[in-house]
Amino acid sequence: MRTPLTIRFLTAMPRSGWIALAIFALVAWVLVPVAHLALPEGHPLHVSDYFVTLTGKVLCYAVVAVAMDLIWGYAGILSLGHGLFFALGGYAFGMYLMRQIGRDGSYKSDLPDFMVFLDWKELPWYWVGSDSFLWALVLVVVVPAAIAWVFGYFAFRSRIKGVYFSIITQALTYAAMLLFFRNETGFGGNNGFTDFKRILGYSITAPETRLVLFGLSALLLMCTLLLGRYLVTSKFGRVLAAIRDAESRVMFIGYNPLHYKLFIWTLSAVLCALAGALYVPQVGIINPGEMSPANSIEIAIWAAVGGRGTLIGPVLGAFTVSLAKSWFTVSFPEYWLFFLGLLFILVTLYLPEGLVGLWRRIRGARDKAPTAAKSEPAQTSKDDSRLPPDAATKGASA
Amino acid sequence: MIRRLILLALLAHLTCLPAFAALDPAQLARLGAEDSDEKIAAIAALAGADPEAMLPIFKAMSEDALYLAGDTLIRVEGDNYIDAASGKTLTPPPDNIESITINNRVRRTLDGALAGLRLFAAERDVRLAAAKELTASASAEVLPLLDKALAKEADPQIKQLLVLAQAKASLGSPDAAARLAAVKSLADSADPAVRQLLAAMLDKSSGSYSEPDEAVRIAAVASLTQIERRIAIGENLGRVFTGVSLGSILLLAALGLAITYGVMGVINMAHGELLMVGSYTTWVVQGLFRSYAPQWIDAYVLAAIPLAFMVAALVGVAMERLVIRHLYGRPLETLLATWGLSLVLIQAARVIFGPQNQEVANPTWMSGGIELYAGAMLPLNRIAIIGFALFVLLIVWLMMQKTRLGMFVRAVTQNRAMAGCVGVPTRRIDTLAFAIGSGIAGLGGVALSQIANVGPDMGQGYIVDSFLVVVLGGVGQLAGAVWAALGLGIVTKFLEGWAGAVIAKILVLLFIIVFIQKRPQGLFALKGRFVEN
Amino acid sequence: MKVGTLEHADPNQREQWEDGAPSGRIMTRGELDLSHKVILYLEDITVSFDGFRALNALTLTIDAGELRCIIGPNGAGKTTMMDVITGKTRPDAGRAFFGQTMDLTRMREPEIAHAGIGRKFQKPTIFEQHTVFENLELAMKTDKRVWRSLLAQLTGEQRDRVAETLKRIRLTSEADRPAGLLSHGQKQWLEIGMLLMQEPRLLLLDEPVAGMTDEETERTAELFVSLAGEHSLMVVEHDMAFVKALGGKVTVLHEGSVLAEGDLETVQNDPRVIEVYLGR
Repeated sequence: MRTPLTIRFLTAMPRSGWIALAIFALVAWVLVPVAHLALPEGHPLHVSDYFVTLTGKVLCYAVVAVAMDLIWGYAGILSLGHGLFFALGGYAFGMYLMRQIGRDGSYKSDLPDFMVFLDWKELPWYWVGSDSFLWALVLVVVVPAAIAWVFGYFAFRSRIKGVYFSIITQALTYAAMLLFFRNETGFGGNNGFTDFKRILGYSITAPETRLVLFGLSALLLMCTLLLGRYLVTSKFGRVLAAIRDAESRVMFIGYNPLHYKLFIWTLSAVLCALAGALYVPQVGIINPGEMSPANSIEIAIWAAVGGRGTLIGPVLGAFTVSLAKSWFTVSFPEYWLFFLGLLFILVTLYLPEGLVGLWRRIRGARDKAPTAAKSEPAQTSKDDSRLPPDAATKGASA
Repeated sequence: MIRRLILLALLAHLTCLPAFAALDPAQLARLGAEDSDEKIAAIAALAGADPEAMLPIFKAMSEDALYLAGDTLIRVEGDNYIDAASGKTLTPPPDNIESITINNRVRRTLDGALAGLRLFAAERDVRLAAAKELTASASAEVLPLLDKALAKEADPQIKQLLVLAQAKASLGSPDAAARLAAVKSLADSADPAVRQLLAAMLDKSSGSYSEPDEAVRIAAVASLTQIERRIAIGENLGRVFTGVSLGSILLLAALGLAITYGVMGVINMAHGELLMVGSYTTWVVQGLFRSYAPQWIDAYVLAAIPLAFMVAALVGVAMERLVIRHLYGRPLETLLATWGLSLVLIQAARVIFGPQNQEVANPTWMSGGIELYAGAMLPLNRIAIIGFALFVLLIVWLMMQKTRLGMFVRAVTQNRAMAGCVGVPTRRIDTLAFAIGSGIAGLGGVALSQIANVGPDMGQGYIVDSFLVVVLGGVGQLAGAVWAALGLGIVTKFLEGWAGAVIAKILVLLFIIVFIQKRPQGLFALKGRFVEN
Repeated sequence: MKVGTLEHADPNQREQWEDGAPSGRIMTRGELDLSHKVILYLEDITVSFDGFRALNALTLTIDAGELRCIIGPNGAGKTTMMDVITGKTRPDAGRAFFGQTMDLTRMREPEIAHAGIGRKFQKPTIFEQHTVFENLELAMKTDKRVWRSLLAQLTGEQRDRVAETLKRIRLTSEADRPAGLLSHGQKQWLEIGMLLMQEPRLLLLDEPVAGMTDEETERTAELFVSLAGEHSLMVVEHDMAFVKALGGKVTVLHEGSVLAEGDLETVQNDPRVIEVYLGR
């Protein structure tokens, strides 16, 4: 008997996962808005503008981290160019936001300010339709998906993998950054897009708008986690992990790794793009700096810090690293890079399974003490450090 | 008109060489007249006086260092006040001196006079510069002057320039035959300005050609083609040269990476920072020489070479021992960890040396350049870098092919397990190979400091480029790395000339992505079963 | 230790079959045509790596249902031949057909696997992180496209098939253990089990009993013999006792081409074979 898809979707996650998700939804959709709007400033439980924006931003980062983990943790493909898809999503939505400014820019023109500055007389062809919200959404999904698909097709077809793939993706985002730095490219050059005023007619700085964007970011994160959970527990996820561990065997039993990799790669890019599109209205700026190789590699460290091959790990990682960054850059700006650099080194050296792995180890040690050691298979196979932790079958209790 | 006057004065004077009239103080004082026209007339008159004596005065005038104290013209040189007519230093300095200001019109006249005077100077360099200046602004009035100078000039290079100037000047001659001769002799030029002049003769925008004589026009077309070809050759030569020079920098950056990647199969993302370490070492050595041994300052680069190698090698060994060694078999994690190392090194450089860029000056023997071909100037520092890259390449090649260490390194590159079995101390080889690779990056840093500013971020751009060289050349292939580096350098420079730097960079990246589609193992691929492992 | 490998066969060759649509009678998809009772034709196959000829005009045919042993000294081209049959290496010249109609030189690895050729590697390659059960499940003959895998779930009948194979390879008790924890011999058996789950028409087995105990070897021989008939098998092996136990026709490869062919005894008495094995 075949179980309907919806049921399978629901059962993909244990009950504790659903409870955690419900609590998260309650906090994001009810408690935070109430604490932000209803409680007066100065009240101990009041949630400030700064908090809402910062957390909303980090929620977007968390989506990117999960997207990164889907390809790195589960498929073994390390992309050092995911910032590109994030930025492309941001730019695609930013075009809409720029058009929403209307004649309120400093030059009082229908064209975005930077075009007036460049003495352009009309919108370039790729800006056509950018005043439509729906078209913006289409662009957010389609453009990064198309670029990811084409790039992935050629890269995976040639069986570029390992560090080759990583460096080529880094080169890709670097090239895109150079391209977007040019004024003639038509995306605001150095300064990118900023000074947004409205979104769907609503003021972009209004607390209500912020809260809606915040709630949407939370929703996107929950959907990403659910989708990810479904994928990694399906046969698709098992094939993916098999490709990661022994690609040639997968081929000789009749799967085409190209299609599997391409699917997860493109999906991951689209998730990044959606996060980027939500990120831009919250922080109010998008510029080519988002495409810098350093940004992309930071995404990888979010996943690594939290724990690759789990779904909750990258979320934890994104929160930990981003909040640490916010704190450091305010308190000890000199030392942020030292901290980040050491984080890269120490996590790879001593915490290969990230925070989730650390927690498991602590819990495992505690559990083991009273009961006779019931060696968990995956734990013993850990000696083989070549293999990333397998979480396709366990972990991930989002 | 004024120009003509000066030249005539100059000619008049030249005809009665060498009897110079002594400088007349009253005449000189006219240079300080209120009226610009009068100043110009004074310059014209004085242009015929003794060049030796007039040169410093005109020079002072153009540098706003000429003053009038009553009726005495005074030029100021450092702290000294010198009577322009007698050349005697005045002590104590005169009171109430008035500065002489000149406007642009006066300045142009002055420059012309200066160039004319300098054509007869004793120093070759001065004459050469003057000849160049006159060639650039040649007009029919200069012709007699040029004839005189030509008769006197012995230096072939200057003579050539003067002939060119003469031909250029003759283009404006009313005599068609003279123009024809000029057009024909200009065919040897490679000067874009000459091209413009000839093209102007063929201009038809006003209805008829600006050159009335057809024979002259035909000759002009022929000369124009030749000039254009020569300019194109010059430009292309220049591009090939800058391409080779970029390629040699890439090679220095990539050689070390090729060794470490070949041996250990890890990409060291902090490789670019090892370049930075080399560059900062050079900067520090330069500072030490400046403070303690200024007389040997020109040798600082030579001292920096071994030091940069050692410092970078030490940093590399520390990285290998502390981090990379513990990540064997986990190449992707190594990418991240070494990226972390690069962040730490960059920030350390910022804290130690400050965030701003530091300048490393070329030693004098590396300043200047050689003119290989019309318009193609080869800077000496870049030539030195190419030579240096070749030298390093030779050393590396000898080390890899002729020494026991090199044999071990090659063995580990090909089959680590087997090499271990036959007694190669693989771990020691790793460390040594890493030290050597890092040291070579340090050498690259020395080279880089000679053509670019030294700053904490300078290494960032090189990791992708040098990795691309390694990919393009094929892993573990020295020859591949060489060809890939040179090829990338030259192709980049040609694309830059054609499409600008950013587009060129993007095109190169796209090219490499496509290239990997066709030849995944690089230019010099190893084939066979062992590639598959 | 090598990491970022960019392996694949000659990319120029790849172009030809990528655009699909082979001409004429030659098909790459569809039913296996065994009308001439021959399952595999190799004709004048030549493969060279940098001037070294790994295969030199190799011609070989395998009948449907046959159990064939391939022997030969190191470097004789046995593994390269398997690479050619499974699409991993493209030959420089020559033709390779599966049945009457399928041109192997124009098919990709997954297509070839799909058509019914299963391969066991010299070094057992299984999915060490997956359980034994999952290993078999992944190998099972079914629609292996992305969308199908996204929606796939095991039917009762499929579970039974996995259970049956588990029994056959004597790993029922290990079904839920990660495959990486199996002994070497068990891994070999698991790989054979995965091959069986694919329900291939032709099995290519590269040194299947290396690292097995005598008892395991014996059982493997029994298994192979029982498979012959329904399946065709091509076994590369050095272990002469095992070859003898299989009892099929033997082909000796040397320097990339066939040196001798026949039953084991004939071959072993062939002076050329003796010379190759014992040296001059």
